[in-house]
Amino acid sequence: MRLKPFEQIVTEHGPTVLRVCRAVLGHHDAEDAWSETFLAALRAYPELDPAANVEAWLVTIAKRKAIDQHRSAARRPLPVDDLPERPGHDGIPEPADGELWEALKLLPLKQREALAYRHLAGLPYASIAGLLGNSEAAARRAAADGLKTLRKSYQGDTP
Amino acid sequence: MNTQPTPAEPGGIVGALSRNDDDANRRLHARLVQAAEQQNLLDVAYRTIDTPVGPLLLAATQLGLVRVAYVREDHQAVLNRLAEKISPRVLEAPARLDDAARQLDEYFAGGRSQFELALDLRLSSGFRRDILSHLPDIRYGSTASYGELARLAGSPKAVRAVGTACGTNPLPVVVPCHRVVRSDGTQGGYVGGPEAKRTLLTLEAA
Repeated sequence: MRLKPFEQIVTEHGPTVLRVCRAVLGHHDAEDAWSETFLAALRAYPELDPAANVEAWLVTIAKRKAIDQHRSAARRPLPVDDLPERPGHDGIPEPADGELWEALKLLPLKQREALAYRHLAGLPYASIAGLLGNSEAAARRAAADGLKTLRKSYQGDTP
Repeated sequence: MNTQPTPAEPGGIVGALSRNDDDANRRLHARLVQAAEQQNLLDVAYRTIDTPVGPLLLAATQLGLVRVAYVREDHQAVLNRLAEKISPRVLEAPARLDDAARQLDEYFAGGRSQFELALDLRLSSGFRRDILSHLPDIRYGSTASYGELARLAGSPKAVRAVGTACGTNPLPVVVPCHRVVRSDGTQGGYVGGPEAKRTLLTLEAA
């Protein structure tokens, strides 16, 4: 097996990595994290085992970049029990699924990560546990809990 | 317990979080290209241009133009080979090829008879490379036979090798292998196909 042109890696995995970064970091910081992730990936790419799981490799780099960002920004959102009230409609169209992304921001970091790695990147729980430094069972629980909270706040909101 | 991944239910939460954002993807690609260029990580930049002989793939290393490819060579296959032979750090990065694209536009418009571009000839070696270095000696608007070129390269018997060198020219159009024709005056083969060769020779004869 040989390494594909990196352009193909960006085309095939760029959108997924962006979704993961957005889910974990929010829209604002996601693009910086994505850029750092792909630049680091481009640097290391010639040494990558052509048989490696590229998506898992990229998510691992993104996770590291996200940690750096959290450290530098020191603005880890705290888990809260009550969600803020939905702003009233005043005729101005809201961004698509804006509330969902807001609700996501309020989840504990580990749940956001577990949910993103599982449901957006499609990684197996064994890899997610490795990334999160917990057990497979804990990773599965975190993803499920996160999704459950989102369902409550997001779909419960829809008339 | 259920170990299957939740399918991305369209309209559901995962579906909503999975929505594509083409604008952001384009923006991030441009940003990556710029950072890669600044940090010397862009080993092969490429773009395609439209020409009278069809879309041409142009690829350049930091040293210069390294590949021009016709559609019939299969652009994706050409890129795969560049990744293998030069470096897998290959990105679609038009800016590095602005000069080449402009000069090719001028050439196809009849306003340029020779190219002033840095060339990276690493994809050709030995005798083939020798031959390629003699091709620009055939002036715009004229032709030479395979035999004449062999003599020019100092190996008058290597007529067939000249044919091979032209057939494997990594930089067609820019390195003018289309100006090499059969000694009986017929066109002979061409990496871009007979029609492309005719188009180029007609353009240059005008």
